[in-house]
Amino acid sequence: MDDDILLEEEQGWSQDQRAEYMLGALVCVVVALLLAMLIFVFHEAWPSFAHNGFAWFGAGGSVDSQIQAIFTSGDLKEAAVYTFHAWPLIWSTILTTGAAVVIAFVSSLFVAVFIVEFAPVRLRRVLEPVVRLLASVPSVIYGLVGVLVLVPFIGNHLVTQHEKASVTPIIQLSGSSVLAAVLILTVMIAPIMIAVFAEGLRAVPRGWLEGSLALGVNRWRTFWKVAVRTARPVLVAGTVLATARALGEAVMLSMVSGGVGFAPNPADGLIFLFEPSRPLAATIISNTEQLSSPPMKHTLYAIAAVLLFSAAMLSLIGWAAKQPMKRYGVVA
Amino acid sequence: MSSAPASLIAAPSPPPPAPVRRSESSASWRLTDRIGLGFAWLLGLLFCAIAVAIVGYFLVEGLRYLRPNLLVTNPAASVSESQTGGFLDPLLGTVIIAAMAMAIALPTGIAIAVWLSEFGRPAALARVAESGIEMLAGTPSVVLALFGTLLFEAPALGFLSQTNHGIVLGQSFFAAAAMLSLVALPMVVATVREGLQAIPSHVREASYAVGKTKIATTRRVLLPAARPSVITGAMLGVGRVIGDTAIVLLLLGGTLTFSSATSTPLLGTLRGTGDTLTGYIYYNAPTGDGNQPSKAYAAAFVLMLIVLTLNVGVDFAVRRSRAGGWN
Repeated sequence: MDDDILLEEEQGWSQDQRAEYMLGALVCVVVALLLAMLIFVFHEAWPSFAHNGFAWFGAGGSVDSQIQAIFTSGDLKEAAVYTFHAWPLIWSTILTTGAAVVIAFVSSLFVAVFIVEFAPVRLRRVLEPVVRLLASVPSVIYGLVGVLVLVPFIGNHLVTQHEKASVTPIIQLSGSSVLAAVLILTVMIAPIMIAVFAEGLRAVPRGWLEGSLALGVNRWRTFWKVAVRTARPVLVAGTVLATARALGEAVMLSMVSGGVGFAPNPADGLIFLFEPSRPLAATIISNTEQLSSPPMKHTLYAIAAVLLFSAAMLSLIGWAAKQPMKRYGVVA
Repeated sequence: MSSAPASLIAAPSPPPPAPVRRSESSASWRLTDRIGLGFAWLLGLLFCAIAVAIVGYFLVEGLRYLRPNLLVTNPAASVSESQTGGFLDPLLGTVIIAAMAMAIALPTGIAIAVWLSEFGRPAALARVAESGIEMLAGTPSVVLALFGTLLFEAPALGFLSQTNHGIVLGQSFFAAAAMLSLVALPMVVATVREGLQAIPSHVREASYAVGKTKIATTRRVLLPAARPSVITGAMLGVGRVIGDTAIVLLLLGGTLTFSSATSTPLLGTLRGTGDTLTGYIYYNAPTGDGNQPSKAYAAAFVLMLIVLTLNVGVDFAVRRSRAGGWN
């Protein structure tokens, strides 16, 4: 009897061992796959970077004609052309993502504060599921709203004939613009931020707020100075999550941002808001049919590598920003 | 369940809200505070308005253009709107692709979550796995799609898609599902792991005390207890999978209808190209090749209904997990 139990225990032990190894092996496989993907993308991207050096990130010439030249050089069996200056695409990404994240951050913070602390209970009950629903709406649907409602509106009502005429030799102002891209992107990432922010604000210990209230500080100031400050790591986490989403958004932006490799210049006045552009991720989507041309393939992979690198940097920044704050704040 | 930071999932807070004194008026506050409060109200109501506008718009437009026969006819390329058919194949494609991607992502995700939460022994590997999953969550799906196109064009993986004169096409349900499972994986891992960690350690100890092994405890005690989290993770994963467009366009072909690779009934279809609702919407948007907004509206309406159903499902699962707490 005793032996049986011992034996069973032994078997159980080895079973455990085996299970641990199997699960560990699976984890190793997934990690190896991710590493392989990383290496593969950068390896495929290398020719494009190697030919251009740091000029890859610089400005110079028209991106669209460069892409055309790269593509055709793969078909005609001559020396491959790699010359590529991606600045207009990078600038478009920075402009749309940056503007959308800034607008979304400010408004999401206020909305999250409103939902958690100041909204009437009945409104709060409706708002919480709505936030989650909007956060899970597919981006192509947002793109559809943008291209069917917002873009015609901008093109027909906000842009004047005079403005259209003033830039005709260079580009067309049809409504597909930086403005449309920023607005739709803001609406798309704000629910993600609100959901994360509200979760963090709610986790602030009630006693801390009550301590402040007991000292006679009013509700707004209490919440702003105690809860929002305590939840800073969560604010960083939510912003990083939303920025990653905005950075990688390809389909929606390819629908509303105009699809022209053009760098809108804020120095031209407010008209730059109505000018079309094309971010990095959307460039991949709109050129996928040209993957058959090897130089084009390397160029697209170079764009993907830049996106991947920025996404990795973003999560690193988020992690680093959270470290010193963790000591004071609620755990994110 | 203590405060689980399940950002996109969780419903109201565990700590009971303190009774709010309604008597306090903001009239005595400083001006800046009153402006702040007013701003919060304004933005809160603006958010409500935008949400109502978007949902209402799709409800109205969707109901206007949705006809029952759209759901049972296949798309066809045509200039006239009456002849382009419906979106049966894209709808089926969405279901198939979600099922296939989750068939890969769910077991893998649960296994990784169990390992991270219950074993995680070489600490270095655990950290690498954790940050790897986090990085995967931040990876744009278009990058995954681009990676997939070259991966599945490899001759060794030719059996997963069509082969034409020795050249592997690389576009198939298998290819798209494999890459989409990577999109869903971080969601599943994060949610299941959170659910496992929310189970108090005395539950595990009780199971060990009656002689259960660690793996038996995980299988018989922990995973059943964490079932609501598993369901939530699966639904969130499905939500991400059916909402993705980039991978569908690049790896599924976006061909509107299914085109089988071989005559084998099921396998041929799965090895062939197809489409999903997101791809169909993209095709029929004014920027796409189809440009028939009415069809796009109808498909978007159906897609929204699916997303809504998933959301209600997640709410239900979360509420059930709250009800059956350990305390």
